[in-house]
Amino acid sequence: MVDRLWRWLAVWRRNALVWRKSAKTALLGGFAEPVFYLMALGYGLGSFIGQVQGVSYIGFLTAGILSTSAMNSATFEGLYLAYTRMEVLKTWDAMLAAPLSVADVVIGEVLWMGTKSVISAGLILLVAWCFGLSHGWLSLAVVPVVFLAGLCFGSMALVFMSFARSYDFFVYYISLGITPLVLLSGVFFPLEALPEPVRLITSWLPLQPVVQIVRPLVADTWDWGILKLLAVPTGYAAVALAIAIRRFNRRLMH
Amino acid sequence: MSTPSPTIVSAVRLRKSYGSQRVVDDISFSIRRGEFCGMLGPNGAGKTTTLRMLVGSTPSSSGELTVLGRRIPAEARAMRARIGVVPQADNLDPDFTVVENLRVYGRYFGLGRRAIEDRIPELLKLAALEDKAGFRINQLSGGMKRRLSIARALINRPELLILDEPTTGLDPQIRQNIWHLLRQLQQEGLTLILTTHYMDEAERLCGRIILMDHGRILADQTPQSLVRDHIEPHVLEVHGEAVNAWRAAHPLTGPIRCERLADTWYYYGADLEAMVKSLDAWSGLRYSYRPANLEDVFLKLTGRELRDG
Repeated sequence: MVDRLWRWLAVWRRNALVWRKSAKTALLGGFAEPVFYLMALGYGLGSFIGQVQGVSYIGFLTAGILSTSAMNSATFEGLYLAYTRMEVLKTWDAMLAAPLSVADVVIGEVLWMGTKSVISAGLILLVAWCFGLSHGWLSLAVVPVVFLAGLCFGSMALVFMSFARSYDFFVYYISLGITPLVLLSGVFFPLEALPEPVRLITSWLPLQPVVQIVRPLVADTWDWGILKLLAVPTGYAAVALAIAIRRFNRRLMH
Repeated sequence: MSTPSPTIVSAVRLRKSYGSQRVVDDISFSIRRGEFCGMLGPNGAGKTTTLRMLVGSTPSSSGELTVLGRRIPAEARAMRARIGVVPQADNLDPDFTVVENLRVYGRYFGLGRRAIEDRIPELLKLAALEDKAGFRINQLSGGMKRRLSIARALINRPELLILDEPTTGLDPQIRQNIWHLLRQLQQEGLTLILTTHYMDEAERLCGRIILMDHGRILADQTPQSLVRDHIEPHVLEVHGEAVNAWRAAHPLTGPIRCERLADTWYYYGADLEAMVKSLDAWSGLRYSYRPANLEDVFLKLTGRELRDG
């Protein structure tokens, strides 16, 4: 196990070093965009809406934006950046010429995607603290949750990426997968506003449970129901990771 | 009598098929420690596929393969910890400096920080990149990148170095420079395997040539014996406007073999002096008279038709 861990870590550290080199720009981008969303929608739209589920609209929105941001950063990493490393830079080939297996590379990548989710969601949590939108120690429990979300969405993106022959292909995943998921998972408005069948469907997709877990934590409240909800992103992460490893073994080791 | 050096690579009836197409067809060979072995062949001969099987990047369809005593592909990872691989196209990390490239690569081998940091100056010196340590990859010339790729493959002090067309697309000066580096590595006791389609490269570097075509081994011997066994000692190439008139005026005599490729006629034989003399009277001809080389053997054994793709 320790043996495997260093191999995954070697992949993780490679990506972390690349990220660190452009950390300033990455942090600014990761910070600015959700802040604009939060401020514009939260205060702007929030002034018409008032309270939602007993909290201010911006407070409600914070959990949604935070979860979405975690999903987006892992997804972007799993599609565009991982594809670049595999197909353009041939970084994976270099790793596979060393004593790393396809599974090592994929798991190292996915762990890095989880980390990216923690970074981007962590920034939003920081903003939320600064604006008094979140407080209390319990909100720190968001960190492992978004890490799990990153593993889940990163693995899913990798499965899709394993079929890609060019960057254009990713538009399908974003437009037909990610965008409707964001709109229907209780990010911007409570699920009760959606028809029952839609709610049922999205409750089996991984973003909605993540939002449901993050929302009480950001508000510093504990709900035992959270533990049950964790099963969905965990299940997706495990299955998607297994498929991704299989797919890349086929694609790269033919 | 000295005992033979240990076997580094052993391939027995190795085969690789994609569908009904046999890319590598029942080849057997073994490579001993300290050898510098060149794999030659036209496009699609099966060289690269053989190399990929060797490093465990693709499983063989049948046959037995061991590298450094490890069964491949089952124990390929353990084997890869002890070899170095230089890919055809550089896959250095463009985001990193020269030193960072070496450091990050060393981690893939599970090398400790101390081991890596001790090794880096040695590799920089070997690749003559000491004053480029902090340079980013896009600031390096093509030759420097190639040397860095080779240095990187040596981070784990490998027992076997595998290079896929190491000098393709490089300037003549840079090629000389890379050859020098590779010869130096062999003198230090490293076993090397390279693929190339530069005959001069194979002739200069390799003590042994495995010539492949259509997935099979056509010849496996030293470059000198390859030339001696498979082709006449001398070659005369003739082309020019008057070539047909000259041919009509001087019909072939004696054991001389003749071939035509595009507008050039090739004559092979032990004694072509008389033919060469006859050329002096013809001003509209250009010719070259030379000892036969590996390229002549290559063309004879693999044929002269074009192989694209």
